[in-house]
Amino acid sequence: MSGRAVSMSESSVGAASRPRTAAGQDWGDASSPRPLFERGFLAADKTTRAVLADLVADLSLAGLTPDDLSNAELVLAEVLNNIAEHAYGKATGPVELRVDLLRAGLGCTISDQGRSLPAGVVPDPELPLIAPPDHLPEGGFGWHIIRCLTADLRYARDGDWNRLSLRIPWAD
Amino acid sequence: MNKTIAEDGVDIATSRVGQALVVTVMDSRIDAAVAIEFKEAVRTEAEAPGNPVILDLSNVTFLDSSGLGAVVAVMKLLGAERRLELSGLTPPVAKVFRLTRMDSVFTIHSEVPGALRATG
Repeated sequence: MSGRAVSMSESSVGAASRPRTAAGQDWGDASSPRPLFERGFLAADKTTRAVLADLVADLSLAGLTPDDLSNAELVLAEVLNNIAEHAYGKATGPVELRVDLLRAGLGCTISDQGRSLPAGVVPDPELPLIAPPDHLPEGGFGWHIIRCLTADLRYARDGDWNRLSLRIPWAD
Repeated sequence: MNKTIAEDGVDIATSRVGQALVVTVMDSRIDAAVAIEFKEAVRTEAEAPGNPVILDLSNVTFLDSSGLGAVVAVMKLLGAERRLELSGLTPPVAKVFRLTRMDSVFTIHSEVPGALRATG
């Protein structure tokens, strides 16, 4: 991330305090001992909006470029929408979001207590068939968008919790 | 320009530019929180005459997959006789259309409809 205005000090943080996600992902990066953003809330569309607004404000203060900001906002919107709509459905429940500043992007960990992902794996759907006028999909894009904009996507069921972690690489 | 602010807060304005009906989204976000309301609001506004219907998204700086689905739903609601075209995509919105390849489905004008009007 050369030339970026991110100035989290490159302090001598030992491996013991490396950010380790709840899904067991060691980002292998010692530059962000404290999360850039951390928030617990109850899953709901309107809450997602409010949390994303706060997230964008904080990331903007940290000096992220407009491209990096919009990628983070979009990816986390899709993840949080999935949790509200599919993991919890008509109910709601707790969501925990943590974003770490890494050399190679933003490390994000999202946890919830809703239904587990189907088959216990991160979905990797094909893009829905687009063939107008008969086939004009109105959904099925969320995981495709997430996969396009992320790396190191991992999922684990940890007791009652779903733990999803992913990295949003810096935009070119 | 006719302006409607629905109870739910989805803010939309319409105007005629030549034969087209321009539907301008005044809000900055089309996301899961407003996708259904957005679809209904545009459907109501699009009862005014004009073809094609040009959805002016120049004020919209955030669109997620739910918002994209709502735009596609509007296209279907208009039916085969009335085209839905788009204009004024900001970079974050254009990215969503590109990543999902839905940019291949819509005629996308780079200029906002006000510019169309200015040039006659």
